[in-house]
Amino acid sequence: MRKIHLLLICVFFSFIFIVFYLSLQNPKNYDTEDLIGKKITELELNLFGKDGTFNTKEISNYQFTLLNFWASWCAPCRKEHKNLIRLSKNKNLKIIGVNFKDNEDNARQFLQEMGNPFYILAEDSKGKKSVNFGVYGIPETILVNSELIILKKYIGPLNSKDVNEISKLIKK
Amino acid sequence: MKNIIKGFFLLFFLITNNFADEDLNNKILKNLRCLVCQGQTVSDSNSDFAQIIKSVVDDKIQEGMTEKEIYNFLSDKYGDWILFNPPLKKSSYVLWFLPYALFAMGILFFFYLFKRTSIRKK
Repeated sequence: MRKIHLLLICVFFSFIFIVFYLSLQNPKNYDTEDLIGKKITELELNLFGKDGTFNTKEISNYQFTLLNFWASWCAPCRKEHKNLIRLSKNKNLKIIGVNFKDNEDNARQFLQEMGNPFYILAEDSKGKKSVNFGVYGIPETILVNSELIILKKYIGPLNSKDVNEISKLIKK
Repeated sequence: MKNIIKGFFLLFFLITNNFADEDLNNKILKNLRCLVCQGQTVSDSNSDFAQIIKSVVDDKIQEGMTEKEIYNFLSDKYGDWILFNPPLKKSSYVLWFLPYALFAMGILFFFYLFKRTSIRKK
């Protein structure tokens, strides 16, 4: 009988250990794994400072597209900007900027100071359209192929490692 | 007189409809996780992200989307992590059925103890 009790206690504690172990292994932060391989939402965005719209369907005209969500008030955007300039030199990559909840004059000044890496510049003045791209804070960047499939999503500023990764992905 | 009654019913309909939308809105927002906060719902948070989601949920309700459609839309964009009440999927079987399994195991254990003590008493 004592052996059965001992066995039951061992089973109980092993069970608790396994549950806690598995729970701790599970990442508790939002990650973008679910988005990779999905098609990007077809949506119209207003062009920045101009009349007219940009439809995300147009992305199918380019081999690879990088959708970058940025704003002049966002300090990490300033940090990643030089990396976007570097990436804009790739011929088979078009960078589309989405200016997020920003003041137009400040955004213009930002681009004048730092350079403009964007092939097309759109805006999301209320931040609502960005929800369709799973954006929850800026900067965020999405790499899309000509079939409008999301290849990679970067949360936070792009660093040199990301630039190398994107360069490799678009060479494939 | 007829017009006054019609007007009254229209006003009543508009007010009740507005309350129903507000209830649905609150219900949905309380089941959404604020992704930039620590364990807060979108309803409780005043973060920029929560404000945008509140506004988007309001728009979707006005567009006539159902509660389930709104959850599907948001989980499609942010994953199931945004939902406090995750849907029943293969990956969430353990989460959903573990409490029932533990409850059943507890009952069996007490049944076993009860049986053993009653045998001892005899």
